[in-house]
Amino acid sequence: MLGNAFVLALRELRRNVMRSILTMLGIIIGVSAVITLVTLGGGATQQVTEQIASLGSNLLMVTVGKRMGPGQTSGAAAFKVADAEAIMREIPGLAAVAPVAMGSTTAIYANENWSTNVTGSTEAFFPVSNQQLGLGRLFSSSEARVGSAVCVLGQTVATKLFGAQNPLNNRIRLRKLSCVVIGLLKSKGQSSMGSDQDDLIVVPLRTYQRRIAGNQEVNMIKVSVNDGVDTELVKSDLERVMRSRRHLAANEDNNFTVLDMKEIAAMLSTTTRTMTSLLSAVGAVSLLVGGIGIMNIMLVSVTERTREIGIRLAIGALEREVLLQFLVEAVVLSSLGGLIGIALALVGSVALSGLLEVPFVFQADIVLVAFLFSASVGVVFGYFPARKAAQLDPIDALRHE
Amino acid sequence: MSDLTEPVTPLLELRGVTKIYGSGDAEMKALAGVNLSIYPGEFVAVMGASGSGKSTCMNILGCLDTPSAGHYLFQGIDVGALSRNQRALLRRHYLGFVFQGFNLLNRTSALENVELPLIYRGTAAETRHRLAREALQAVGLSDREGHTPGELSGGQQQRVAIARAIVTGPKLLLADEPTGNLDSARSLEIMALLTAFNRDKGITVVMVTHEPDMAAYARRVVLFKDGLIANDQPQAGAIPC
Repeated sequence: MLGNAFVLALRELRRNVMRSILTMLGIIIGVSAVITLVTLGGGATQQVTEQIASLGSNLLMVTVGKRMGPGQTSGAAAFKVADAEAIMREIPGLAAVAPVAMGSTTAIYANENWSTNVTGSTEAFFPVSNQQLGLGRLFSSSEARVGSAVCVLGQTVATKLFGAQNPLNNRIRLRKLSCVVIGLLKSKGQSSMGSDQDDLIVVPLRTYQRRIAGNQEVNMIKVSVNDGVDTELVKSDLERVMRSRRHLAANEDNNFTVLDMKEIAAMLSTTTRTMTSLLSAVGAVSLLVGGIGIMNIMLVSVTERTREIGIRLAIGALEREVLLQFLVEAVVLSSLGGLIGIALALVGSVALSGLLEVPFVFQADIVLVAFLFSASVGVVFGYFPARKAAQLDPIDALRHE
Repeated sequence: MSDLTEPVTPLLELRGVTKIYGSGDAEMKALAGVNLSIYPGEFVAVMGASGSGKSTCMNILGCLDTPSAGHYLFQGIDVGALSRNQRALLRRHYLGFVFQGFNLLNRTSALENVELPLIYRGTAAETRHRLAREALQAVGLSDREGHTPGELSGGQQQRVAIARAIVTGPKLLLADEPTGNLDSARSLEIMALLTAFNRDKGITVVMVTHEPDMAAYARRVVLFKDGLIANDQPQAGAIPC
């Protein structure tokens, strides 16, 4: 009987290609939307995680002022180089400490100019920030100490100023400073926040303070911790040392902030997770809409096929044979639609992840969930119209126009 | 020998069959106690004005409907006592239908239309194809087996419908105004086929018709009026084909 139902159902589907395609369309769109969105969301999450790892996972940053909320800090006195030295000296378990001063400056080379971030720091800046050398060399500790007129460029700056030309040993101008390009950093790409991590120029801190900023200020101290050292512990040590160096009384709040990259990482993952759930919700809605589409087509199809059902019943088809035929049609359509949707989603996710520069991460569970959902939608919404059809009075069904 | 001594049992027997539609004030008596016996091998024309009860009677004879009161015996089985599924099985194994509006499946080839009742019977594919081809040949449409109803003329469609009705070798062929949608030349072809199947294969034919010309092919004419049989007589001069 099941074999017969299959023969009859497949014949019907083949004869009504258009109707079959329309029925499948809802499933196809729903399944491919939910899979694509969730896959892209998953890729974005992975990308953020990787980028945070590339920032340096054992990194803590001490910034001036108290964090008042996203992007806001209260004003306070800047740090000094001596603060960084004291941190290195007094806190155990640190790999490197880099005092950083930075500001926005226009860099000029020949006729080209480019407004960028100029960072002044010590040679410790490179390992701490996970910046790797691409070409040339980094500045040495002695160059940092004396404040030589040398600089290391990020990829973006190099491209903007020099184009395809080799920037090494050329002189660029930063305000009143003319400095020699000695090195080129490897590209790090966009950060998870969307900023270009290659748009920077690094000069020795002393050079920056004396020749560009014209003061002794340090805006930020980057601290990298040895492997296996508890960053929580280091964080409280940092707070203790900085409080005493800034002469804060016990009842005063910190006028600086210690940021643990792990916390930022956790915060960012939460954000991307929220995004992913949001995308999944959108996908689920489209799946639902697809399901309603299937239901409508099934209902319409049964109404349209009332006469056919009448003929089958008159010829001697049993109620359950008609039911089974419609059910098989629904299952075949929704499964086929689900499979096409999955194929489409995979192609779409690969293409879109390339376009959005998000890694493609195949998620078997969402593919399975989407498929099972679409199949059950097809069966459930195929079942009720089919039962209605099978229970028709053959006389009425035959009279139906 | 036994044929001469034992009385032949009727194929169909209506005993005081009443059919009432609706209830209360809207109650409508379509059949008001009909008695009718039809014997194997008969060719009966059922006539009557619209609303006379002949269609209701046909539905009951076709096991598509059941009497409100009285009994319909098909080969001695009380159809009124059967379930919906049992009646479907009865139709599947013993009955063939020919309708005024042909009622073929759209977008479906003639061959597949004829195969349909065999599929429900569970006939194996090869036998099914062979029987369906033989049936199409019997109605003279061997060369049209791949055509869909849309590609066939009305007369051809009705012949496909007849092939579908006789492909299972039914005991009873019920034809509900089979020539109602056809011109007279096509009608004659259809009547020739029905008469031939009745005579050569011994299929009992019950045919509803408005047209005395068509009723003339039957050897017995039953006339309905107001839910009752007004006249029931053999026709000596039935048109032989």
